[in-house]
Amino acid sequence: MTGIVKKIFSSILTILVVACLVFLAFAVIPGDPAVAKLGTQATPDKLAALRHQMGLDIPVMKRFLVWIAGVIKGDFGTSYSYSMPVTKLIADKLPVTVILTVYSFVIMTALSIFTAILAARRENSVMDRVIQIVTQMIMSIPPFFGGIVITLVFGLTLKLFMPGGYVSYGNNLPRFLGYMFWPALAIALPKSAMAFSLLYTGLVTERKKDYARTAFSRGNSTKDVFYKHLLRNACIPVVTFFGMALADMIAGSIVIEQVFGIPGLGRILLTSIQNRDYPVVEAIIVCIAILVTVSNLLVDILYRVIDPRTAISE
Amino acid sequence: MKKIKNRDFNFIVGLILAMIVIIPALIGTVWTPYDTEAMNSSLKLAGSSLSHPFGCDNFGRDILSRIMSGSSTTLLIGIGTVFIGAVAGTLIGALTGYYGGLVDDIFMRFNDVMFSFPSLLLALVFVAVMGSGRIQLLLALGLAFIPSYVRIVRAEYVRARNLDYVKSAKLAGASDMRVMFVHILPNILKVLMNSILIGFNNAVLAEAGLSFLGIGVQPPAASLGRMLADSQTYLFNRPGIAIAPGLTLIIMVLGISLVGKSKTITEI
Repeated sequence: MTGIVKKIFSSILTILVVACLVFLAFAVIPGDPAVAKLGTQATPDKLAALRHQMGLDIPVMKRFLVWIAGVIKGDFGTSYSYSMPVTKLIADKLPVTVILTVYSFVIMTALSIFTAILAARRENSVMDRVIQIVTQMIMSIPPFFGGIVITLVFGLTLKLFMPGGYVSYGNNLPRFLGYMFWPALAIALPKSAMAFSLLYTGLVTERKKDYARTAFSRGNSTKDVFYKHLLRNACIPVVTFFGMALADMIAGSIVIEQVFGIPGLGRILLTSIQNRDYPVVEAIIVCIAILVTVSNLLVDILYRVIDPRTAISE
Repeated sequence: MKKIKNRDFNFIVGLILAMIVIIPALIGTVWTPYDTEAMNSSLKLAGSSLSHPFGCDNFGRDILSRIMSGSSTTLLIGIGTVFIGAVAGTLIGALTGYYGGLVDDIFMRFNDVMFSFPSLLLALVFVAVMGSGRIQLLLALGLAFIPSYVRIVRAEYVRARNLDYVKSAKLAGASDMRVMFVHILPNILKVLMNSILIGFNNAVLAEAGLSFLGIGVQPPAASLGRMLADSQTYLFNRPGIAIAPGLTLIIMVLGISLVGKSKTITEI
């Protein structure tokens, strides 16, 4: 238990460190957001007025303290280009990215466990070999190209979904989830191929152990032995990968959103980078940092559930 | 690498696949069949023909030429990224792992924070700070890949510093630098080699991803990611515009990862 508490504290510390670094990085780089907003033709008076309005005439250290105090309260300041509170701007976009990431994670987990057991049950069979070759290929597909192929095959040719037909989760939840399945699949496919090969190796090794033989000799079906006995042990080394995959999927969502026209954090992050709208970029990076650390924390807890020895050894 | 291991199909198939992309890419650095940036309105979205095997894009530019030039950019950025990441990562990892102590603790805490972020996101942040362009992209990706090498190399040095051969080298009077880079480094090359190949693939995919998002290689210069992004509008009528650069990426990544998995590399 103390291990978890320690982890939570170090996670909070991590997020604060990231927040500090991000703010300072954007404060020291050359380039004037006021010029970016008004253009190079603007008169010095107007620029000075805008800088004052944006709070850019305050010294960096003071600005930083004000900002960090706001962040702790959930206030990320005002967007330069949208002239509205950043928190309001990203509040309805954050859930979209989170749902997409979780959705992909669920698909990856289900797909990799199912195929790994399917292949490992008949080691060296034709099906096993075919699955091995196919996963090796899928592993090399960049998610955004996978998304384009899915749009082409399932959207335009088979007409299973309408490309660009995104519906907000507030308006129609079933249709939202139906549409999000495809981008989630594009993110999940290459990751599930990697998870597959790790799980497969684990299952094949576990199968040769004594407890597996005992489980078989007591008359359990192959399916039961794999799902109830071997899977849990084979999962232990894979959990670390799952944690990294979850973090990668957050990055993947940001890219895939562009393929499927989903208004999540990705699009606003890109336009804000191009417009030098730093308050928005900073807020999104801090949000992603929170997502990444929380998912790492969850994986740590999951690790203890699957392998209770971890908790005891601390 | 002495020679190719007997019947090492992964290595042979991987090498062939990688060469299918790398050789045209190398040629693409000096010569392409057509000017990569020359637009021709009469060839707009032209299908494949003898003179334009992969057809033309929405500006009438030859796709084969653009793929050759784009994959050479991708290749160079991939190599550059791995070079920056591996050299800086090895230096930091070697020093912190070998000496240990407070500096090591602080560095590792920081490195773990960086490592927990996906490298694509780190590169995105660096591009946001430095601006976009080829050099900035190379630096951003290189910086983003350092943490993973630090992690791998440091772990190897921590393990090696108490081994007998290191102790005897020290007793023989070798300096710390000599122990680190003449005695220990050759022994971790196998691990490093593998992570260089994996890192190269990740760098290629990250470059394509950033260019796809429009913050990597800037138009009109050709890049595989950007070609994929532009192809989406014409996906229904001319899927070839998307499939050609996409397959190029897949063949290159698949080839390199097969080579990385092969017995010839893993059992040096």
